[in-house]
Amino acid sequence: MTKLTLGPIAYHWSAERRRDFYARIADEAPVDEVYLGEVICSKRAPFHEADLPATIERLERAGKTVILSSLAEVMLRRERKATEDLAAMDSPEIEINNAAGLYARGKRAHRIGPFMNAYNEATIAWTAGQGATHVCLPGELPAQSIAVAAQAARGLGLGVEVQVFGRASLAVSARCYHARAHGRTKDNCQFVCEEDDDGMPLRTTDDRPILRVNGIQTQSESYVDLLPEIGQLAQHGVTHLRLMPQDVDMVAVAELFRAVADKNQALDEAEARMRQLCGDVPFSNGFYHGTAGYRRIASAAAG
Amino acid sequence: MSLAELICPAGTPAALRTAVDAGADAVYCGFQDATNARNFPGLNFTPDEMQAAVAYAHAKGTNVLLALNTYPPAGQVDLWRQAADAGARFGVDAFIVADMGVADYIARTHPQVRLHLSVQAAASSPEAIRYYCENFGVKRVVLPRILTIPEIRQIRTEIPCEIETFIFGNHGLMVEGRCSLTNYLTGQSTNMDGVCSPASDVQYQRHENGSMSSQLAGFTIDCFGAEEKAGYPTICKGRYTAPHRKEGYYAFEEPVSLNLSRLLPELIDAGVHAFKIEGRQRSKSYVRGVVTAFRKAVDDIRAGRPADMADLVALTEGQKQTQGAFETKKWR
Amino acid sequence: MSLNADPIPTAPRRASPVLSRLACTVVQPILSRVVRRIAERHPSLFARLGPHQTTDFLIDPIELPFALHLRPDPEALVFRAVPRADAPPAGATIRGKFLLLLELVDSEEDGDAAFFSRDLDVSGDTEAVVRLRNALDDVDGSIAEETAEMFGPPGRAILARLRKTYTNDNEGHPAR
Repeated sequence: MTKLTLGPIAYHWSAERRRDFYARIADEAPVDEVYLGEVICSKRAPFHEADLPATIERLERAGKTVILSSLAEVMLRRERKATEDLAAMDSPEIEINNAAGLYARGKRAHRIGPFMNAYNEATIAWTAGQGATHVCLPGELPAQSIAVAAQAARGLGLGVEVQVFGRASLAVSARCYHARAHGRTKDNCQFVCEEDDDGMPLRTTDDRPILRVNGIQTQSESYVDLLPEIGQLAQHGVTHLRLMPQDVDMVAVAELFRAVADKNQALDEAEARMRQLCGDVPFSNGFYHGTAGYRRIASAAAG
Repeated sequence: MSLAELICPAGTPAALRTAVDAGADAVYCGFQDATNARNFPGLNFTPDEMQAAVAYAHAKGTNVLLALNTYPPAGQVDLWRQAADAGARFGVDAFIVADMGVADYIARTHPQVRLHLSVQAAASSPEAIRYYCENFGVKRVVLPRILTIPEIRQIRTEIPCEIETFIFGNHGLMVEGRCSLTNYLTGQSTNMDGVCSPASDVQYQRHENGSMSSQLAGFTIDCFGAEEKAGYPTICKGRYTAPHRKEGYYAFEEPVSLNLSRLLPELIDAGVHAFKIEGRQRSKSYVRGVVTAFRKAVDDIRAGRPADMADLVALTEGQKQTQGAFETKKWR
Repeated sequence: MSLNADPIPTAPRRASPVLSRLACTVVQPILSRVVRRIAERHPSLFARLGPHQTTDFLIDPIELPFALHLRPDPEALVFRAVPRADAPPAGATIRGKFLLLLELVDSEEDGDAAFFSRDLDVSGDTEAVVRLRNALDDVDGSIAEETAEMFGPPGRAILARLRKTYTNDNEGHPAR
């Protein structure tokens, strides 16, 4: 059975909001695995690190598998230290998003995160030989490559994960664009990114929504929504479907994916409900269909 | 290989000969396909041209570095393997790679050829660099353009390989090899297809008042006033509005170019082994001008003379230049 | 209207229709010879054009009384002078001062730099322009010199005079 996972929170949600969020996920969301940890900005980590043990315990008590994700960008001393500390852990499982993490982890078991650029069977085979047990494919990989990659990974005994919901990560940088928008630098950001729970919207100068800024990360304006494609993904051999936390009712989102995956709800009905849940946010599946990521392609052979 | 090598771009055979003749220590180039990150229309080398280019460069004592610095999507890895095989057959002096699968293939199949780690691999810490050195025998890392000189100096003491840094040209803002912005708007991927703002999706529009707007796949990227200098139509150099910025602003970076000519002595002192000039998509004129100027500067520095840099501003994007993160971390 | 005062080539010079046509008639035989010669000597140029061998390019030197229509099809090469009023619908248009265009052809000047400085104006199919630029850039030597050579000492004299005029026009220009 295809598993549902909840990806790490990309935004700078307050500690209180995170506690409430994960309490509800633990109690209500039909997700099997939950990724925790700060992936985007090392400056944010101290705000919620203290709560981590309690959150892990809470989720595990509810029967969820917990995985800790490492930083996507590792440059500064504190980032190197954080990565090293994470790589030294015996439990829970860890997901690595930077080669610095791979170096620190050596051949001990780990998951390959979406920032690791495991685009192909050769790279997946290499990582499997180094102790990888699971791989999350890059968000821009089209269906035909997902199929080949998934088959190779399964053959090597790896779990295979694809993001099916939430804003796509399009770029990361050394520069903080949240700080820049407010005339500050990264070192003097005053955590202004906390104002945007779903990313800071950028529009073109002729007023067309285009991107979202999340600190050093640039995201898609649209939410990726592969609800119509999850049947195909299962056929490709994908074992885990990742939902990225957005500023919407994530329990309800998870319920829709679970229901459609289990064929307990008609797709069109679920899609209509998803549309209601996400307000005005556009949906996209262009990357999956090998076209411009922002596009929404009507799926002919859904399910 | 000597200290302060000058690594120069070659988008065409003619540009390669120009760079070699202007005093490049090494040139870097790629085939006419997705195996390199400048897969632009009308650019790059056929296998025959590559073979002839290697012969030309070697006859003049210049090394040829073959860029295989994109990420093969699953099912297409053979194209990268064949490119590596061809490069080895032609006698290139190094492969510049980013993908672990490609690096692993070359390390096993062509162990006699040097491996350089592309900036597309985004290795920005000693640990990440050591991962590639220890696993694939990487001999040189091309550092991301996000580090300060003190940081580079520190990294140098902690890694077993040479360092190459960019000193001039287009100033990428996003972590290289982690950017899908172009694919989001156009359906062509920087990592998988080697394209960035493909010309086929770029439109320029002139307006009555003399201003000019640039669009990518129908999205307005920027609009330049009649007297304003222009830049490349890339998403990361575009002007946008945000809730706190109702007037359009450069959300990521202004159209500026990197120019580290004044920092060359400091970079050498920090342990940088090779200087890379960006611009395989630029003309022979650019290659001639920039390579000649930096050749002279490096020679002056090596001889202990103060380097007198020709003014390279005219060749820079937006005709504005920056020292970026190299000068100060406030840039971040 | 002074062209020198306006670095942005927005307004091509208006010539009377009669004068335009006359000028076209005079230069056409020269253009035909030039383009045939270049095609013969640099056949690799066409490979880099790829699918744009059949694209119609309009090259518009703002201070000349006519524009140039180029279709770089090796099977049916077209390079002709056309009055602006009669210019065919072009896949791509490249507009700028004549000698700048000439220097771009010769890689004396960098196309991107000319574009950044807004001395060069490009519209239509951008990929076609990029391919043409890259194809021409892979030609060794000087197409302008080669062309001038075809006409012996008078040809060389004209080219020298053009270059001098252009340099004087552009004193203090940042790209020079």
